[in-house]
Amino acid sequence: MATLHTRSAARLMMAPSVILLFGWMIVPLAMTLYFSLLNYNLLTPGTAAFVGLLNYSYFLTDPAFLQAIGNTLLLVGGVLLITVTGGILLALLLDQPIAGQGIVRLLVIAPFFVMPTVSALVWKNMMMHPVYGLFAWIARGLGLQPIDWFAQLPLFSIVLIVAWQWLPFATLILLTALQSLDQEQKEAAEMDGAHAISLFLYIILPHLARAIAVVILIETIYLLSVFAEILITTGGGPGTESTNITYLVYAQALLQYDIGGASAGGIVAVVLANVVALFLVRLIGKNLDA
Amino acid sequence: MRTSSKGHHALITTIGWIVGLLIFFPILWTFLTSFKSEGDAIASPPTFLFFHWTIENYVEVQSRSDYLKHFFNSVAVTFGSTLVAILVAVPAAWAMAFAPTRRTRDILMWMLSTKMMPPVGALIPIYLLFRDWGLLDTLSGLIGVLMLINLPIVVWMLYTYFREIPGDILEAARMDGASLGKEIVYVLAPMAVPGIASTLLLNIILAWNEAFWTLNLTAANAAPLTAFIASYSSPEGLFWAKLSAASTLAIAPILLLGWFSQRQLVRGLTFGAVK
Amino acid sequence: MKLASFLIAACATAVLAATASAQTKLTIATVNNGDMIRMQKLTDDFKAKNPGIDLEWVTLEENVLRQKVTTDIATKGGQYDVLTIGTYEVPIWAKQDWLVPLTGLGAGYDVDDLLPPIRAGLTVDGKLYAAPFYGESSMIMYRKDLFEAAGLKMPDKPNWDFIKSAAAKITDKSKEIYGICLRGKPGWGENMAFLTTMANSYSGRWFDEKWHPTFDGPEWKKTLDTYLDLMKTSGPPGASSNGFNENLALFQSGKCGMWIDATVAASFVSDPKASKVADKVGYAPAPCGTTCKNANWLWAWSLGIPAGTKKVEAAEKFIAWATSKPYAELVASKDGWANVPPGTRKSLYANPDYQKAAPFAAMTLQAIDSANPGLDGNDKPKPYIGVQFAAIPEFQGIGTAVGQQFAAALAGSSTADQALKNAQALTLREMTKAGYIK
Repeated sequence: MATLHTRSAARLMMAPSVILLFGWMIVPLAMTLYFSLLNYNLLTPGTAAFVGLLNYSYFLTDPAFLQAIGNTLLLVGGVLLITVTGGILLALLLDQPIAGQGIVRLLVIAPFFVMPTVSALVWKNMMMHPVYGLFAWIARGLGLQPIDWFAQLPLFSIVLIVAWQWLPFATLILLTALQSLDQEQKEAAEMDGAHAISLFLYIILPHLARAIAVVILIETIYLLSVFAEILITTGGGPGTESTNITYLVYAQALLQYDIGGASAGGIVAVVLANVVALFLVRLIGKNLDA
Repeated sequence: MRTSSKGHHALITTIGWIVGLLIFFPILWTFLTSFKSEGDAIASPPTFLFFHWTIENYVEVQSRSDYLKHFFNSVAVTFGSTLVAILVAVPAAWAMAFAPTRRTRDILMWMLSTKMMPPVGALIPIYLLFRDWGLLDTLSGLIGVLMLINLPIVVWMLYTYFREIPGDILEAARMDGASLGKEIVYVLAPMAVPGIASTLLLNIILAWNEAFWTLNLTAANAAPLTAFIASYSSPEGLFWAKLSAASTLAIAPILLLGWFSQRQLVRGLTFGAVK
Repeated sequence: MKLASFLIAACATAVLAATASAQTKLTIATVNNGDMIRMQKLTDDFKAKNPGIDLEWVTLEENVLRQKVTTDIATKGGQYDVLTIGTYEVPIWAKQDWLVPLTGLGAGYDVDDLLPPIRAGLTVDGKLYAAPFYGESSMIMYRKDLFEAAGLKMPDKPNWDFIKSAAAKITDKSKEIYGICLRGKPGWGENMAFLTTMANSYSGRWFDEKWHPTFDGPEWKKTLDTYLDLMKTSGPPGASSNGFNENLALFQSGKCGMWIDATVAASFVSDPKASKVADKVGYAPAPCGTTCKNANWLWAWSLGIPAGTKKVEAAEKFIAWATSKPYAELVASKDGWANVPPGTRKSLYANPDYQKAAPFAAMTLQAIDSANPGLDGNDKPKPYIGVQFAAIPEFQGIGTAVGQQFAAALAGSSTADQALKNAQALTLREMTKAGYIK
């Protein structure tokens, strides 16, 4: 019987995953590529004709395209910033002895379990609404004019909502990593006279490097295609101020059932996402392997 | 940090609780609103606890749309896709962890890259395929899709966990004469269980909350709770209290599951950082 | 795994097909508004009369529903047997032969009883393709008490100048009373429905005879300037996210002096259980500008049957039940005449019980009758059908994008001129891409 260390056994075991994912990747990709070269509108079937790169040129010359790229990067960057910094701070906090620690932990991780659509609806109607929302009530109580979140700060509002959803995830991973820090190392440094800040910078942070890399990688994958929150709150607006690439594909193409255009947009989005991913892996990839 | 003085402990505890409650607040607010009448739900200034508590919203929600049917669909789709994903991913992660090649890291990155295509772009091709194969509005179709979109994460999590299992123990067991089967069952399995369990949990959460494919590939039969929620958003007329009730019903199961199993979830989220 | 799933699905379908003959199951896709939900609750009546038919409901918000249903019908997915669609979809889909003409609605149906503009909106080449479930137009709802206190009287045919001055007089922002509440939420069926009719009243239109958009013309400029001025002086805060629901909530809690919106809102604002100002509401026709033509919109949620379904007979039975005169009586007996779905039949408006229960009935009928979606309905000739929309497939995307531009102007992140310029540019681009402009 072959041992685990022979190549063929290993390949056999990987085969199902690889084949399935390959199929899942190739089939839609091929179909999408094919459709992107057609002028195919779902509502006027039978008139689909080969138009070459016309759909791509339309998508790329859309006046909102550059703004959408910018918004996508801002959205991802903003959420990453908030969740990583917030996650580190929360992890440090939860690592301390707190009375009722279990419950505080539960409270902090709860947002991760809420459906994105529900989150968006709750934040939109009950928290950020300028007339009925809680934020407005607090502002009025302080004598201030309530902020119309989705009109004045659309992208920022969405960043807040998405960051709220992902903060628990980052906190959990960072907390786990923090708790694996060798107590002796910490105590030795303290006895050497190191105070809190340098303890943090030179011992804790490097130890967390790997966890931070993991958080960034996984979150980026999901954040690049944030969609439901935008659909429910701002619809990409006002104008196109909170439209990201995924939403642009939807608004430009799917809303008009222009499958050719949607497919072209999808391919562009894949290319962009892969560029970001490559960049990211180069930046933090070394932290992923021990 | 420093050993805590009483004052320090009290301060940290207060801060901890304030932060926790602030983060949890929107969920708490939804829960409270679900017991208000529609008029109270939009009352300004808002009332926190002293309003007329009623369960009319829950009654209305259950009578109007079949919560149980959607609940069972969510359960079936979530657990089904998770199970299949684990079955497929464990051998793959195993092979990659214990028999790594130069290509392993690239294959892993490629798997993650399959998540880069925004679902909106691939919707119509998948829809057409499903139509042709009769998978529209079926549980098996949804299970397939959810399994595929979460598979890369599952493989990756398992891979990082398995890599931490020291190969020496396997060597030792083999030298003691254990066969491959015994090796797997008695040595590896116990060490791998925490990792598998937490991967399972993460996948359940992700599958339960998936709101794009579950909405677009289902109609009446296989619609899970995500579709249930979609029927309560923004109709004509006041709806916030009912929406809160529907939302509470939709998120309660997974919230409870997550709370009870958070220890387990955390144990496996090490991504290989624990020695 | 995919093969396994396919095999399982195939076996399951085979088994289901074998047993299907026993009980016909209709899958019905509807919008989640009050009248539809009420219909769902009354289906026991239908099942009693038609024991062999089971009903399965898919209830969704309007935009999600439209997307799913359109995708399904265009790809012939076959997931639904009865669809809830509007006067926007019917002309487009009937042309594609995606809908089954409704010829088997039964002897007692009385098609001639349907209100003419609504019937016209659902008929293509003389055939009825969808049966109207409820119809609406738009009108002004105003607070009689606030008008009295300010010494104002609503004229029989108000115009925008009057509305502007009246709103300014009533507004008292310190007391959270806003002279007028109008839609601002972006969407082709949201703020653009209102703004298009306002533009109509200033003799505007979406496209000229050559399908060229007209946002660079004086009509739309006057419309947008008046709208923005009104909202700034007399409108509530956060107006750019206010759609029907938000404005309804504002009006019901007493914060709006006037509200121009769908006629169906009348039944909500005059309901003492939900509205604080139920007994103080007056009704007036939508304001005129340089013309009164199509100053109010026309919409009907209707039930249609997708071509390709195998259950046409059962579907027609259901549609006939839901849109017939006995259904109105059923609702009246359970929930009162005020809750009968409005805007579809002449007989309803001739019924004295209904007139008594619904003080808004006369105004609603007048509004619906005055709307004309045909090519000659506006002050200036137009190449498209529709009052507050253009019944072309591209309109959804274009209308929503333009709505976003105007919402941005309302939110203050761009000027009116900027918004109009952007609207013109993007519409021109889309219409050229779609081939309307050569």
